[in-house]
Amino acid sequence: MTTTPVATPHAGVGGVRQAFSDGLVIGWRNLKRIPRIPELAIFAIIQSIMFVLLFAFVFGGAIPLPGYTDPNAYREYLLPGVFGQTIAFASATTAIGMTDDMAKGIIDRFRSLPMARSAVLTGRSFADVIYNAGILIVLMISGWFVGWTVRTDVLQFAIGVGLLLLFAFAMSWIGIWLGLSVPSVEVGQQVSFVVIFPITFISNAFVPIQTMPSWLQPFAEWNPVSTLTASVRTLWGNPHPFATNNFPSQQPILVTLLWVAVILAVFVPLGVRKYRSVSR
Amino acid sequence: MSVIEAEGLVKVYKSRKSEVRALDGLSLRVEEGQVLGLLGPNGAGKTTTVRILATLLRPDAGRATVAGYDVVRQAQQLRSVIGLSGQYAAVDENLTGRENLWMFARLYQMPSPEAARRAGELLEQFDLVDAGDRVVKTYSGGMRRRLDLASAIIARPRLLFLDEPTTGLDPRGRLGMWEVIRQLVRDGATLLLTTQYLEEADELADGIVVIDHGRIIAQGTADELKTQVGGERIEVVLHARADIPAAIERIRPYGDGDAIVDEHTKRVTLPSTGGAQALVQVVGALNEASIAIDDIGVRRPTLDDVFLSLTGHAAADGQGPEPDDEPAMATGRAA
Repeated sequence: MTTTPVATPHAGVGGVRQAFSDGLVIGWRNLKRIPRIPELAIFAIIQSIMFVLLFAFVFGGAIPLPGYTDPNAYREYLLPGVFGQTIAFASATTAIGMTDDMAKGIIDRFRSLPMARSAVLTGRSFADVIYNAGILIVLMISGWFVGWTVRTDVLQFAIGVGLLLLFAFAMSWIGIWLGLSVPSVEVGQQVSFVVIFPITFISNAFVPIQTMPSWLQPFAEWNPVSTLTASVRTLWGNPHPFATNNFPSQQPILVTLLWVAVILAVFVPLGVRKYRSVSR
Repeated sequence: MSVIEAEGLVKVYKSRKSEVRALDGLSLRVEEGQVLGLLGPNGAGKTTTVRILATLLRPDAGRATVAGYDVVRQAQQLRSVIGLSGQYAAVDENLTGRENLWMFARLYQMPSPEAARRAGELLEQFDLVDAGDRVVKTYSGGMRRRLDLASAIIARPRLLFLDEPTTGLDPRGRLGMWEVIRQLVRDGATLLLTTQYLEEADELADGIVVIDHGRIIAQGTADELKTQVGGERIEVVLHARADIPAAIERIRPYGDGDAIVDEHTKRVTLPSTGGAQALVQVVGALNEASIAIDDIGVRRPTLDDVFLSLTGHAAADGQGPEPDDEPAMATGRAA
């Protein structure tokens, strides 16, 4: 071919700036959708509040917190666990959104546009972090009513929130990869449930780890949901009765950051590769 | 130069059990300003062809350039000069029409104010002004397709792909869509249109390529293709089956060949070049013999007849076990 194609006025912006601005457009699109499908957000919030109430008032009384005699201590202990669980489950929301986009054909439209290849994914995870921040606010307010509070200072509080959102960001990339890998929304739902349920429950989110059989304890202790929850409890001065001399218990924040790094290092390339190869 | 030049495209879908050659050495050429209709039944390879030319799919063999860009090596440049309107209306149903258009315009790299202006223009052009600020979920099928088409021409593409633009629309929606497409053609658009409706290719396209099993089996203008299966014929549907032999005897002098009889539908088809004059004579002859008829008319061969004579099966009925153009799993779509 020797013919020179006609240049178009808008082609060739390229580079990081285009990736960023396209990502913002996709992020805008994903955020715009939230109030249009209010059921999704409402049920996510109801589900989390349900967990707060269930554990605070139903199971809570039966779960003794080693070293604490105050019956209210469990509720204060519980809330960071619910935050961690909610964040972990958010990856399912991401996965379902991604699969839905594929099924509806909008991903094909995006792939036929001269936009940054990364934008569909970065826009999605960016929007999901904001979405999770909103749900966290609702949860903190309802948690405050059942006796949760922050006993340290604003800075420590902010670091805790930042850690939760950073973890949400990492989890959204697992959701992106998963969402692109499953054939339908229903399968995506099932798979995320099967993966995320054990991760959140074999952790210190709802029960102290020393109540588990000893062979399970190392798993629970290294579990990212545990280290995240432990970090937040430590930062906010909430009850945190389990502290062995093992590394994850001594350095929960460091281990959580390591987990975030590992998850991103694995799932960002996987997700990007999957996106490139969809239907190729 | 040609806007589309495709040479020997091959695409094979492999699954655990079987291999489907969706495209089997397809070559294609579309000139500037031409409307090419790609015609074929489900599973013929129409959508696969469009997906390869629109950079969504890599061919396993062969090469193609669109507007001078190689579909594999220069995919990103190519994307800014094409528009794609899919078989499934790929707009965001949770955004409004205006928001959809603005978003796609931004992703075609227009600055925001220009994107907003273009969105307004297109809503007007496609008669969606009143619905522009409503969420797409509330749109009718026809409105959705119009919005989808509007999204495809945002950047004033040099070439527009329309993959089965009226599949699933009701007759009114289809006529509306045809009108919109005709307007684009009048404005000089170059179009590659796929369809399984022969009538649609006949209506909209100036050149037709008939494909089946990933291969071209015929091409030409609609008239050229029709000539291949012969000219006009007079069709009589008799009231009583018993009259068939007598009717054939009576009308034979007005035809140019042997009558074809369908016993089941009591239909007698007679090749004839006599047009309306012959028709009047046939009616007179049958009347004189007191043979009652249910229906009579001069029929031109449709592309359905073309398809039947080329492939041995009708265009509308599927291909038995063969899947749609590509396995549903691959795109995550329900077929």
